[in-house]
Amino acid sequence: MRNTKLAWLFFALLVFTSHVKSQTTFPVNDVATPREGFYAFINATIYKDANIKLENATLIIRKGKVESIGNKATVPAGAIIVDCKGKYIYPSFIDPWSDYGTPTTRIATTTGGGFGRTTQMVSNTKGAYGWNQAIRSETDMSAIFETNEMKAKELRGLGFGTVLTHQMDGISRGSGAVVTLGAEKENKVVLKAKAAAFYSFNKGSSTQDYPTSLMGSIALLRQNFLDAQWYKSRPTEEGVNLSLQAFLDNQALPQFFESADKWSDLRADKVGDEFGVQYILKAGGNEYQRINEIKATNASYILPLNFPQAMDVEDPTDARFISLADLKHWELAAANPAAFEKANISFSLTAYGLKETSSFMPNLRKAIQMGLSEEMALAALTKNPATLVGVYDQVGSLEAGKQANFLITSGPVFSDKTVFYQNWVQGIKYSLKEEGWKDVRGNYTLDVNGQTYNLQVKGEPGKPVANLISGDSTKIDLLLNDRLVKMNYTLKKDSAAMIRLSGVMSDSSWSGTGQLANGQWVSWTARKTSELKPGTDSARKKRTAIEKLGEITYPFNGYGTVQIPKQQNILITNATVWTSEKEGKLASTDVLVKNGKIVAVGKGLKDPSALVIDGAGKHLTAGIIDEHSHIAGTGGINECSQSVTSESRIADIIDPEDVDIYRQLSGGVTSSHILHGSCNTIGGQTQLIKLRWGVNAEQMKFTNWDPFIKFALGENVKRSSTQNNPRFPDTRMGVEEVLTDAFTRAVEYQKMGAGKRKDLKLEALSEILNKKRFITCHSYVQSEINALIKVADKFGFTVNTFTHILEGYKVADKMKAHGSAASTFSDWWGYKVEVIDAIPQNASLMQKVGLNVAINSDDAEMARRLNQEAAKSVKYAGMGEEDALMMVTINPATMLHVADRTGSIKAGKDADLVLWSDHPLSIYAKAEKTIVDGTIYFDRQQDQALRDNIAKERTRIIQKMIASKKSGDRTGPAVPSFRDRNSCEDDHHEGNSLWDRIVERFGSTETE
Amino acid sequence: MQKIMYKIFFSILLMSTTCVGYTQENMHPAPKQAKPIVIQNATIHNGNGKVLEGAYLVIENGKIKALGTGTVTSIPGAEIIDASGKHVYPGIIAASTNLGLVEVSTVRAGADYQELGDLNPNIHSIVAYNTDSKVINTLRSNGVLLAHIVPAGGAIRGSSSVVQLDAWNWEDAAYKIDNGVHFNMPVLLNRPNQFRRRGSESVDLVKLGLDKLEEARKFFREASAYNKEKTHTAVNLKYAGVQGLFDQSQTFFVHCDLVREMMVAIDLANEFGFKLVIVGGSDSWLIPDILKKNNVAVILSEPHSLPATDDDDVDQPYKTGAALQKAGVLFTICQDNGSGYWQQRNLPFQAGTMAAYGLTKEEALTAVTLSAAKILGIEEKAGSLEVGKDANIVISEGDLLDMKSSKVSRAFIQGRMLNLDNKQTQLYEKYKYKYDIK
Repeated sequence: MRNTKLAWLFFALLVFTSHVKSQTTFPVNDVATPREGFYAFINATIYKDANIKLENATLIIRKGKVESIGNKATVPAGAIIVDCKGKYIYPSFIDPWSDYGTPTTRIATTTGGGFGRTTQMVSNTKGAYGWNQAIRSETDMSAIFETNEMKAKELRGLGFGTVLTHQMDGISRGSGAVVTLGAEKENKVVLKAKAAAFYSFNKGSSTQDYPTSLMGSIALLRQNFLDAQWYKSRPTEEGVNLSLQAFLDNQALPQFFESADKWSDLRADKVGDEFGVQYILKAGGNEYQRINEIKATNASYILPLNFPQAMDVEDPTDARFISLADLKHWELAAANPAAFEKANISFSLTAYGLKETSSFMPNLRKAIQMGLSEEMALAALTKNPATLVGVYDQVGSLEAGKQANFLITSGPVFSDKTVFYQNWVQGIKYSLKEEGWKDVRGNYTLDVNGQTYNLQVKGEPGKPVANLISGDSTKIDLLLNDRLVKMNYTLKKDSAAMIRLSGVMSDSSWSGTGQLANGQWVSWTARKTSELKPGTDSARKKRTAIEKLGEITYPFNGYGTVQIPKQQNILITNATVWTSEKEGKLASTDVLVKNGKIVAVGKGLKDPSALVIDGAGKHLTAGIIDEHSHIAGTGGINECSQSVTSESRIADIIDPEDVDIYRQLSGGVTSSHILHGSCNTIGGQTQLIKLRWGVNAEQMKFTNWDPFIKFALGENVKRSSTQNNPRFPDTRMGVEEVLTDAFTRAVEYQKMGAGKRKDLKLEALSEILNKKRFITCHSYVQSEINALIKVADKFGFTVNTFTHILEGYKVADKMKAHGSAASTFSDWWGYKVEVIDAIPQNASLMQKVGLNVAINSDDAEMARRLNQEAAKSVKYAGMGEEDALMMVTINPATMLHVADRTGSIKAGKDADLVLWSDHPLSIYAKAEKTIVDGTIYFDRQQDQALRDNIAKERTRIIQKMIASKKSGDRTGPAVPSFRDRNSCEDDHHEGNSLWDRIVERFGSTETE
Repeated sequence: MQKIMYKIFFSILLMSTTCVGYTQENMHPAPKQAKPIVIQNATIHNGNGKVLEGAYLVIENGKIKALGTGTVTSIPGAEIIDASGKHVYPGIIAASTNLGLVEVSTVRAGADYQELGDLNPNIHSIVAYNTDSKVINTLRSNGVLLAHIVPAGGAIRGSSSVVQLDAWNWEDAAYKIDNGVHFNMPVLLNRPNQFRRRGSESVDLVKLGLDKLEEARKFFREASAYNKEKTHTAVNLKYAGVQGLFDQSQTFFVHCDLVREMMVAIDLANEFGFKLVIVGGSDSWLIPDILKKNNVAVILSEPHSLPATDDDDVDQPYKTGAALQKAGVLFTICQDNGSGYWQQRNLPFQAGTMAAYGLTKEEALTAVTLSAAKILGIEEKAGSLEVGKDANIVISEGDLLDMKSSKVSRAFIQGRMLNLDNKQTQLYEKYKYKYDIK
């Protein structure tokens, strides 16, 4: 019997494959069973691609490829005919962002670096690879790829037939492969090996210390480009470096970069621009908030559909801690793809990152509801991703010669009623939900034991709903299992007794046997008499009117505005003007601002174009400049991994939406010098910004500014707060040697000839030696101050600024002789050993010795009161009031080499101004208006309007979230929107926000 | 030559001060008041909201004997201090601090404010209070004369005491011993994953906190029963440590910030009949009426804080005091974080900020003087300038709450005139000498 069957099968296959000569290297433990997979799908509505729709068309496939497609295709003899009447055929989707088939043996992610850990200076990867474990350019996904039917099945169920997969680990992740989701051997499913190269800012599973921060990751990537260039010359001292070689080889491929959010998109694009690479960006999902900047990258994007879940906000004390930014993002996230389409930015879609893959289609429908066109949605799932990696000749549309990857559905692919029946991958059928393939809906005559009833089957294909119509309707429990039918029902007249029928179905009639309520066996039939009248069923709910959505504000948080404030001409009249110039304090004086500059300071000024602000009874000062700040940075403010990290740049990690920027404007701050932290001797390059609230990071930066770098000495550098510091140096003796060594290397580097490896660490140090870059050095005690001065003298440069410098008063004469400025705290002391001799008269003493002295904050809260901190020198040391104010205006401007532009009230300078309600050194003074470049960025009245709007918007969205929950949307617990605040050190900033206070109490909550 | 000049200068300084020693190690607590002192022609800020212009104040035997406007009838043998143009205040009270329990917070060896264990009601801060801390003198010179020394560590942190800041040893310093027991409220808020222990992503943290709280309730129930016994078969120091809470001879200080936590604290205090004070209270501005209704006082954490959330008003912490004042809640302020020792000298300015944001200057002063005294249970003898109270007095050249004008020229604790030098003024003099600065 079995043999007969096999013989028959063999015969059939022989007929079907008669003209094919299939060859393979693989031996068979059987007789060969070549198959051709010759099918004709007829009567279908076929979308060849997003734009071409064929009605009543035929698709013919053979040997895994499309053979022909069209309205008039003749069905060849020998093809298996599949009638697709009423059904739709689409090219299967392509996911360009996937880790499908990554081997499962992965290393747990850990981070090195921090306090108290052992150090790992170089990679643990065995072999002829590079020094950094996060650079894995040598990874070749096609070589490690393993099919994974469980995962493949899940993706096929969503409609995908092909993915671009890569190992998502590291900063340079190597190359990825285009593979189909077929259940075949790897050889068959890999469509393109080394299809693209992948990168990110995330070091992934690397256990190596470096990098610990976002800016370190960026620096590493940059250096890797340079190292690869240099490696082309085959430097003998490097030997073979397979990582660099692979990085070079991979440059010929499309370059994909994983970003976390809109700002990181810009960061990645900028690094690419520096090296002539256009990255394709895997987006974070909030790009709609800055679509103009996103468009300016000229990049193609891959957009995730992992929109945030609604939260449980019924308890107002929980909801209170969800920020308006997060609430707004919940409301608008699904508008991201539509924003890209509207801005005409090329993009693809990915299912990657969804908590539950089943939310893929519902989320895509949300995106469509928010304005994404269905054509674009389909293109973004087919042609666009195929084109990105040059496989559109194989997949992404249904055309002769392409892979037979297609979906058969019950209706339009994005309709919420549509059932995906089958997903064909490389000509092989994968059933998804076949129950509805056969549409059983219609009117039937049911005959049970001679009794006749009208049976109506409605619902959806695959989800039929049956009723007996006879006067009242009786619901029938109808269960279809392929061709088997089960029906249970209870007649009204005998409601306690269930009638149970079982049978099989053929095309239009069903028949079988069953038991009545009394146990009598009966036979039954059901015959289709007519189709359902159209419209009686599944009446599409009319799409609810376009809901009211919140507006996009700049920045995207409570204190942002729909329009970024604009520069205006301003005339402030009759104010007490503190010029911070030799003119001193001027009573009842006018200041005129035009085109962002101060144009006149005097009495009786007039300008019809100007907004007049009455300054009578008020005080006008130059904007406050904070020499030492850590606000507006993201991804870590310290690159702690090595003692010299001069290659890291704060410029790379500016976060222009940090609400502390606005808070500082409310305290009269107009410029902040954003510094690397103090956890290593030679930290990172700094960035001076103007607090232009609402603009992007690049627009915040000072232009034509002498670049600075952060150095640090003493306890933080020695990691004194840990008992077992593993990182050199551990003493001030070692700190001095780190400095001497670094500059010795820099001098030698400068002497190297052409063809040298461009070393970004040493480049930055060379700039110092060449007086192109300037130092601000975190320092406390006199010995270390003196030591750095001696190192600087030896190498012929000047330490521009000693910052903190709490023992500066002890060596002010030496600092003066060296030519340094001093930027200090007003009265901080006692929080660690190196500050026990700090005195609040320090600023005054240093000033009297002749140093240029500033008061800085190093603290996001205190920065709002720097004017009052300056006033403490009046209190403790009798400093003159104007001199005190200059410590937070012109003095830091001079220190930062921008006194020609800002820091005082003088015609020709930038209009960076603060109008105070009271004497600017008084505890009672409030900034009423803070002006940067002639633009009012903070205004106490406007502030009130923003507060009102925050309350209104919060209420609106919270109500909407509750409604969404009530309507059945899944929600999660309310998660507070707290974030880590950057701080220079770990030892003196505790406790100045609620979150800090809560974190302190965590310990007592979670004791075992 | 310079050295000779310095010596001369030094001698002049010595002569001009009523106190003997000059260097820090030789500075000693002032001797007991020997003769009456009359401060006259002053602007007196009583601390209870009243201001007397052209006023006098008489100190005798460490107490305020008399005060009023106009001139005082001559008191034989009295020292007369002319305070024309000057301002006289009650001493500022640091309402929650680890002063004297720590000298340098990063040095473990010197940190005596955080004990091991979870239930530490038997711990007493007073016994570790170091009167020789170099920090203390830097507070007095800014007008801070009394401090509430609060232990940390554990859910029940121990009992606190109030000290005066001019003493030879802690027994001398003690102003009110074991005035309260401190409880750390568990955090009753969910938190993002980066603030959770690894692997605890799905734990209901509010539930965890409430479970923790239930342990405390259990402890108090047991302690209540224990303290009702006349004799004990075995003495339990922990139960005995909270005895004063039940008869309200001790105050129940609960350290917490969130609305839910404060509500739970009220419930807890009501269950056991404790006299409740909230310490922290960042979000107390949301429920001032509830606090008032339950007669709960608040020691508000530093006004110089960042807003609790990104959406809160940028000046919310500055004006929280005003919200409490408006509702009639008894409150003071503190700096109770890890830097809460050396930073106490800025308490007057934190009060000043509240005055810029909704309080009157006298209300702000009351908060850090009389209200603090009431909350700590020392209002009978401190907190305001009233006849019969201890003469804890500060004389400032200008407004004490404004750094622009605050210059403390004299201060008295219990009538003893303090030496207002400190380590920092001494280093200042040393380096003025080095640079030949006058």
